[in-house]
Amino acid sequence: MSNNKSNTSGGFMDKLNNLTDTNLLLTITIVVFFLMYIAAMIFQGGAFLKGQSFLNILNSNSTLIILACGLSLVMITGGIDISVGGVTALISMCCAVYLDLKGGNIFVSILVALAIGLAFGAVQGFLVAYLDIQPFIITLAGMFFARGMTTIVHSEPFNVAHEAFNELKNTRIIVPGLGSVNRRGDYIDAYVEIGVIVAIIVVILMFCMFRWTKLGRSFYAVGGNQQSALMLGINVKRTRFLSHLICGLLAGIGGYVYFLHVGSGSPSHATAMEMDAIASSIIGGTMLTGGVGNIIGTFFGVLSLGTIQAIVASAGLGEAWWTGITRAAMLCLFLVIQSLIMARKKKA
Amino acid sequence: MEKNVKKSDDSIVMRIVRNQMFIPLLALAVLFIFNLIADPSFFKIMATTNNAGNSVLTGNPITILDMGSELAILAIGMTLVTSASGGQDISVGAAVAIAGSVILRVLRGGSTVPVIFAFLLGCVVAALFGAFNGVLVAYFKIQPMIATLILYTAGRSIAAWINNNELPVIIDPKFTYYGGTIPGVPIPTPFFIAVICIIIIGLVLKFTNLRLYTQAVGVNENSSRLNGLNPAFIKVLSFVILGLCVAVVGLIKVSRLSTINYSVVAKDIEMDAILAVALGGNALSGGKFNMASSILGAYVIQFLTTTLYAFKVEAAALPAYKAVVVIVLVVISAPTVRDWFSSLSKKLKVKEVA
Amino acid sequence: MKDNAVLEMRNIHKSFPGVRALQGVDFTLRKGEVHALMGENGAGKSTLIKVLTGVYGKDEGNIFMDGIEGPVAIHSPQDAQKVGISTVYQEITLCPNLSVAENMFIGRTSGVGQNWKKMNKDTEKILRSLDIPATATQQLGTCSIAIQQMIAIARAVDMDCKVLILDEPTSSLDEQEVEKLFKLMRDLRSKGVGIVFVTHFLDQVYEICDRITVMRDGQLVGEYVIKDLPRVKLVSKMLGKEMDDMSDIKSEAKTYERKAGEVPVLEAENRVSDAGIKPFNFHIDKGEVNGFTGLLGSGRSECVRALFGADRITGGTIKMKGKSVKITKPLDAMKNGIAYLPEDRKGDGIVGDLSVRDNIILAQQVLKGFMKPFSKAEANKIADEYIKLLSIKTASADTPIKSLSGGNQQKCILARWLFTHPEYLILDEPTRGIDVGTKVDIQKLVLKLASEGMSVTFISSELDEMLRTCSRLVVMRDRKMVGELSGDDLNQSKVMSTIAGGDE
Repeated sequence: MSNNKSNTSGGFMDKLNNLTDTNLLLTITIVVFFLMYIAAMIFQGGAFLKGQSFLNILNSNSTLIILACGLSLVMITGGIDISVGGVTALISMCCAVYLDLKGGNIFVSILVALAIGLAFGAVQGFLVAYLDIQPFIITLAGMFFARGMTTIVHSEPFNVAHEAFNELKNTRIIVPGLGSVNRRGDYIDAYVEIGVIVAIIVVILMFCMFRWTKLGRSFYAVGGNQQSALMLGINVKRTRFLSHLICGLLAGIGGYVYFLHVGSGSPSHATAMEMDAIASSIIGGTMLTGGVGNIIGTFFGVLSLGTIQAIVASAGLGEAWWTGITRAAMLCLFLVIQSLIMARKKKA
Repeated sequence: MEKNVKKSDDSIVMRIVRNQMFIPLLALAVLFIFNLIADPSFFKIMATTNNAGNSVLTGNPITILDMGSELAILAIGMTLVTSASGGQDISVGAAVAIAGSVILRVLRGGSTVPVIFAFLLGCVVAALFGAFNGVLVAYFKIQPMIATLILYTAGRSIAAWINNNELPVIIDPKFTYYGGTIPGVPIPTPFFIAVICIIIIGLVLKFTNLRLYTQAVGVNENSSRLNGLNPAFIKVLSFVILGLCVAVVGLIKVSRLSTINYSVVAKDIEMDAILAVALGGNALSGGKFNMASSILGAYVIQFLTTTLYAFKVEAAALPAYKAVVVIVLVVISAPTVRDWFSSLSKKLKVKEVA
Repeated sequence: MKDNAVLEMRNIHKSFPGVRALQGVDFTLRKGEVHALMGENGAGKSTLIKVLTGVYGKDEGNIFMDGIEGPVAIHSPQDAQKVGISTVYQEITLCPNLSVAENMFIGRTSGVGQNWKKMNKDTEKILRSLDIPATATQQLGTCSIAIQQMIAIARAVDMDCKVLILDEPTSSLDEQEVEKLFKLMRDLRSKGVGIVFVTHFLDQVYEICDRITVMRDGQLVGEYVIKDLPRVKLVSKMLGKEMDDMSDIKSEAKTYERKAGEVPVLEAENRVSDAGIKPFNFHIDKGEVNGFTGLLGSGRSECVRALFGADRITGGTIKMKGKSVKITKPLDAMKNGIAYLPEDRKGDGIVGDLSVRDNIILAQQVLKGFMKPFSKAEANKIADEYIKLLSIKTASADTPIKSLSGGNQQKCILARWLFTHPEYLILDEPTRGIDVGTKVDIQKLVLKLASEGMSVTFISSELDEMLRTCSRLVVMRDRKMVGELSGDDLNQSKVMSTIAGGDE
């Protein structure tokens, strides 16, 4: 029976060709991450063997995970959003001003963060989806608007002195089983910050949304071929709008998580974070052309970037430029791999 | 009879409105009138003496010519890249830092190497980085914005690495000529450099097929290939030309300060350069282009920046206002909105007739 | 509503800037009939269908559906689906990055969740019942175009529609697949589905349709029962005039005989490219018109593309007039006097946004070199000359080529290659999707060029067109050259049997 064709054909290359684009790229990402981490454990030893150092990668990248999820969403739908870094900075500043200078409460500050994120998502989504303007240009403007507004709200960096907030900021969640014993023989618990929990919830929710809802699948459909998606009866405009709206919401959540991590407001916060988010998405196997990508991959993409940073730091390459250069090199590598694989598949 | 006259009249108006130069000229007129009403002293030009003892002209119009020239030079390359590849290079700011850093590296420590040699080396390096972007775009088929994201991320780090993160200062006063003024000439040199670049690109467009080839590749790559063109090569070429423009701007930038600040030099200039191309009415999705319109667009952008500064807007807040301008601009020029306007004006006309 | 009608469109108007695409068109579809919608390019068929399926809004007029009170409002493809109108378009309108099953079901069902198990099971059932060789979980992009097309039809069929619109569904299917589709259409007809069938193939119309509606220039010409409208009449209705008898063209095509001591203009040996064809040998003489024939996908285009260097060349040699030359890219071929008019006019031929003038001079300009552009005056003179020579209908040489009609675009591309003064001209489907008048013009031009000494390869999917024009036919089957016919062998039945390969 013809249905069994794919099962009977053997060989590694055949199996590779039978993987969907999404799964193929996901596999590469995960393999690369583990190879890299294992190599770090072997060659750098020490620090990488501790559970906490892995958790620290999560701690310092929880915002990036959330933002990258949003980016993956718009990129899978065939768009892009480069305003998320700026929005993160704006949210930090607004919340900082609200909590510190105005003495507001935490719950309202969370609402402020979400409202700002949603507002950006809604306006950008409307312009992109309903007026059919290139997303790159719109969100570039959005990024500059957010950056400028941050300065207008408050031009100097400052730390938040708000008791309840700082308590929340310093909350540590103990992760059982990953702790280590220090030199004096005391057992030290491994911990994560609240942001990591939020990030993991976001990853799980996004994954479920993509996998098991009709909306999730229509993001893929629109990214794969807009014209076709329209003909198949999908409301393309609404889908594109929603992708930006959800990305905006995630920027709101991510922005607050960032604020919770740094506990201050500054116009120079989250600089170039949108680029890191895009890079993580790409490294995680999201195709720039849309329609291909996976949230789990994005998660590993962020971890890969974080690991690189950790390796650079522990290898004693103290100069600041090494991080920039190695990240760029990794992005370049993955872009080229993607391009080569797709060219190969097209031929086959 | 009357009807006919009206019709032709209509078409002339429409022809002006449809002309690509219309948008930048309109924006220029709006800014001009706005400043005239708000504060006519904006246009005042004064003759003063600068630090070096030369008599120079100062004032907002001169600033626009001076700073706008950097943008105009970048707009030349950005227009070609946009046309051929259907995307934009967001790494120009970082590439300017690299080119500037290379020039300083050659000249630092009171080296006797002539500036022209340092500049040529800067050109070669910037062109190589341009070619790197171009190869990613043309041969690996990566979207330009993303391909150039690599250099955007790494560029300033590379620039710092070239000089080992030091900030070399060039003492030779002659080095300041390129970004400042030449003794005896009251107008800033960058303007003349821009004029030279514009003349060169004008001649190139007139006496070679650069325009036809670039446009053909931008409009239909397959078809261009079957007509004997090499689309990949033409795309790389456009990125290399942009690289050369970047090197020129790099020279101007380091000459202005006699040194460099890796994280700040030419910051956000890519935004302005892209904006200049868009304001010039060129489709950001590639294809046909109008070089003069882009260059005019560049000066209009600088006009806007200077206007905002004149209104005491803080430098860091500037992007917020520009962003609003960008959004207004792209919304007005969006096909959907244009259709809506034209159907609205039709309806109004129908009502008038009735 | 008329008796038995499932769909009625009344007085439909639709205008685009500068074009009145539909002017008061009526259309009636009855239950259980296959209804052909015929017309030349620009007649308004596609526009009518897009109005019906909600892709375009209509300016005026009403649409009625059986069982629904009053006119129905269709503003989007979803609306159309809701009232029971499904469409399969000429171009594949599925998402290549999704699985087959998803493409079958996406956008159809309500609810939030996605039940993969049920969806895959249902899909397998449908695929089996229609005998489509694909699996539910396969990524659509890995299927061949023909299978993707059948999946699109399967989707429409499964949607329990009252009206099924097939917009040139057969253009990418081979004969057996077309047969399968027809079987499916007959099944559906017997179940009472009304089918609108748009096609360029007259044979297929007479094989399966019950009724024909003819359109011309955005207006309705008339509705006919198939028995009352013989082919010649149909064509003349479509053209709006009695057809100029094309059979006399045949007399102009004569069998070419090589003179003693003369070498072929082009001779290829074991030529092969990465487009998946078997190595082939080929030659053409001065002043000869030959053709490549075979079913769609048999490798006709791939062969000529290999001659021109349009795909990546992986082997074989080429001799021009007895001299060995290296042709690995289009520019090499052009320098050796070969010209190639590609099959896909929109994708490979025209440079849409550029002017007619730039499109005409492009190839010769590339040959002339980067540093030597034509002056504006020269370019204008050349453009005007060719616009006149080929009677290209355009407002001016400055008009963007994309705003011209298909036939006139094709003439511009032809002008482009004629201007390079080639010794060997390859025309790959120059007559596809263009009006009959231009088709005849192009055939006549080919014969004229040949009589002036140019060698021409002419490819068309319409066999009688080839028989009329070519003096020698190369027959392709399964990406392989399987025969060469000339002289007395050059008749329909011989060609068919060679294509089918039954007598081996």
